[in-house]
Amino acid sequence: MTSTALKEPVRRTPPGAAREPRRRTGRIRRVGLPYLLLLPALLLELLVHLVPMVIGIVMSFKELTQFYIRDWGSAPWSGLGNYEVSVDFDAPVGEALLHSFLTTVGFTLLSVGLCWLVGTAAAIFMQDTFRGRGLLRALFLVPYALPVYAAVITWVFMFQHDNGLVNHVLHDQLHLTDEPSFWLIGDNSFYALLAVSVWKGWPFAFLIVMAGLQNIPKELYEAAALDGAGVWQQIRRITLPSLRPVNQVLVLVLFLWTFNDFNTPYVLFGKSAPEAADLISVHIYQASFVTWNFGTGSAMSVLLLLFLLAVTGAYLLFTSRGRRTADG
Amino acid sequence: MRSIRAAAVGAVTMSLALAATACGGGSSSGGGSGDSPKTLTYWASNQGASIAIDKKVLQPELAKFQKQTGIKVKLEVVPWSDLLNRILTATTSGQGPDVLNIGNTWSASLQATGALLPWDGENFARIGGKDRFVDSALGSTGVRGKDPAAVPLYSMAYALYYNKQIFADAGISKPPATWDELIADGRKIKAKGKSVLGAEGANVSENIHHVFVFAKQHDADFFTADGRPDFTNPEVVGAVKQYVDLMAEDKVIPTGDAEYAQNQSVSDFAKGKQAMLLWQSAASNLKAQGMSENAYGIAPVPVQSGTPGTGAQTNSMVAGINIAVFKNSHNVDGATKFVKFMTSDAEQKVLNTAYTTIPPVKAAQADTAFNSPSNAVLKSTLATSAAPLPQVASESQFETAVGTAVKDLFADAAAGRAVTTDSVRARLEKAQQQMPAA
Repeated sequence: MTSTALKEPVRRTPPGAAREPRRRTGRIRRVGLPYLLLLPALLLELLVHLVPMVIGIVMSFKELTQFYIRDWGSAPWSGLGNYEVSVDFDAPVGEALLHSFLTTVGFTLLSVGLCWLVGTAAAIFMQDTFRGRGLLRALFLVPYALPVYAAVITWVFMFQHDNGLVNHVLHDQLHLTDEPSFWLIGDNSFYALLAVSVWKGWPFAFLIVMAGLQNIPKELYEAAALDGAGVWQQIRRITLPSLRPVNQVLVLVLFLWTFNDFNTPYVLFGKSAPEAADLISVHIYQASFVTWNFGTGSAMSVLLLLFLLAVTGAYLLFTSRGRRTADG
Repeated sequence: MRSIRAAAVGAVTMSLALAATACGGGSSSGGGSGDSPKTLTYWASNQGASIAIDKKVLQPELAKFQKQTGIKVKLEVVPWSDLLNRILTATTSGQGPDVLNIGNTWSASLQATGALLPWDGENFARIGGKDRFVDSALGSTGVRGKDPAAVPLYSMAYALYYNKQIFADAGISKPPATWDELIADGRKIKAKGKSVLGAEGANVSENIHHVFVFAKQHDADFFTADGRPDFTNPEVVGAVKQYVDLMAEDKVIPTGDAEYAQNQSVSDFAKGKQAMLLWQSAASNLKAQGMSENAYGIAPVPVQSGTPGTGAQTNSMVAGINIAVFKNSHNVDGATKFVKFMTSDAEQKVLNTAYTTIPPVKAAQADTAFNSPSNAVLKSTLATSAAPLPQVASESQFETAVGTAVKDLFADAAAGRAVTTDSVRARLEKAQQQMPAA
């Protein structure tokens, strides 16, 4: 006790010099602490997301075929070889990739468009209170809540040529077709895939738009009604503009999910999808796993990643700028 | 201040610990290939009607092995749809089972990866010698001239299964021996309102097995002698067309079969909807689906003319399962002992009886248990008229590329589009372009 009492004034004598470093460490501590607390998340993020991505990118520069998969290090570097093969659209591999890419783009545009349309329409219809609304809302969410595999395998049964429900209704009962159609092979497979994708995707759009609708003040509609706006005009002038920020995110998320969807086509068609429904995720899977060429598969994945990054960036830039000018 | 510092230290420690454990997972644990010499991991292929049945068959035998050697075998029955992917993943990561079953057609492809223990003279001596095995089965264990990548475990062959009642109703006295006879019989069967012949049009592997035999019957091969793909050779094109024409032109395979890939054609046959089925060792499968053994007969697969034999008289692939040892196993010695046990005369009898397959071990094959009329057909096919699928490193890619081409051709036929020599050649040309440049 006495010693501290003696030392205290000594430490206090040079005020500026001694305090400065102390305050600095204090500041470092204060500023550094949040980063320190973020460190676990950052490390896990590196481990879970970035490391596999980097390994994938490294793989895309290697000739990683069946002869080398046991010992990756021994696989020869192939430079841009895998990329050249992938984007040489005159050669079979590139041509098939391009075809698959275009199919996927068409499929994604249709699927996202329909998901959004159906989801938004349903959400608007469910806005007014009526008896059984809660039940319907819950029912609408069922496809979204079901496990993908179980749901899609049911569709496989329904799409069967001989005993499927779809052909039974379209052909046997409604007589819309001369002969039972094939849905899981040939050109119709595109529509089968689209139907399942929309069925699976629209409840999400419904859910998000429904949430967005709750934030639109009722007074706006009342005021519009007083001014003589009909239902259609109310939707066009009030609902849709108010939903804009919600839609911006919704469409982007739907686009990314649909473009990358692997489960639906894989469960519907198995390892080799029919040409008409050859989505890019299954195509890449086939290029790497089925033909045992992981280098080319990785190169295609990296190209896909770049494309999706570019689209996402352009989309966000475009939609945000549009909103800013609209706001200002 | 102190508590904040403690929290920060805790956070850092935790993140480091998490990172360390996650990184360490690959090297220390995983895979289950026992560091202790007293355990083995075994991936069995799905041979019975279900995975549960396989476990019931194999578990008592593994118990016997444990009693003899003190080595405990951890069994996992892997479905066919996953097996090759699982093996590839195990190869890539180096973490796999000690012993595994492989489809014998994959032997050369997996051999090329170097993941499997080569069976040189010394290793063969440890399981009783190479000459214990039937030659045709040994022909499907890897590239010729290299040490086999695996050892034959169960042998199978294709046969023509026919429904006796439907044949009697249609006034057919004996099963067809040639394709022309089959097509002629088909007319009588269709007149009675039954479908004629089943196929798994969307199953890539099944397609390969059949077009391979048709190519043989056209005196052609999918690969040249030095192992290069030769899919557009006119004889090969003719062979593939003849198979697809069974649906497109001759109308003996129903168009609905074009989308079959989950053994629906076996069900159609078992339910008595369809008169004939080309299948490998279907007995246990048919029994599981409730078809009595007396209800059907077994005959050799038809040929173009004459009787089955070698060369153009080939009427089946050498089908079967091989057993292999994973080179990364920490217990190669125990694994070899297990292979010796599984290929011993006694075990061969038990297992092949349970799965209604043919033992590839000579002594076991001679046993009276395998002398039934149905086994006689399979045995003689294996001995005299079966040929192994191409033993080339790119076999696996060949199955996918050509199998998909045939699937697409069936889809064309089912949709009513014409299947011509040109359209067949175009599909095969595309398939050939997908093959790796070897």
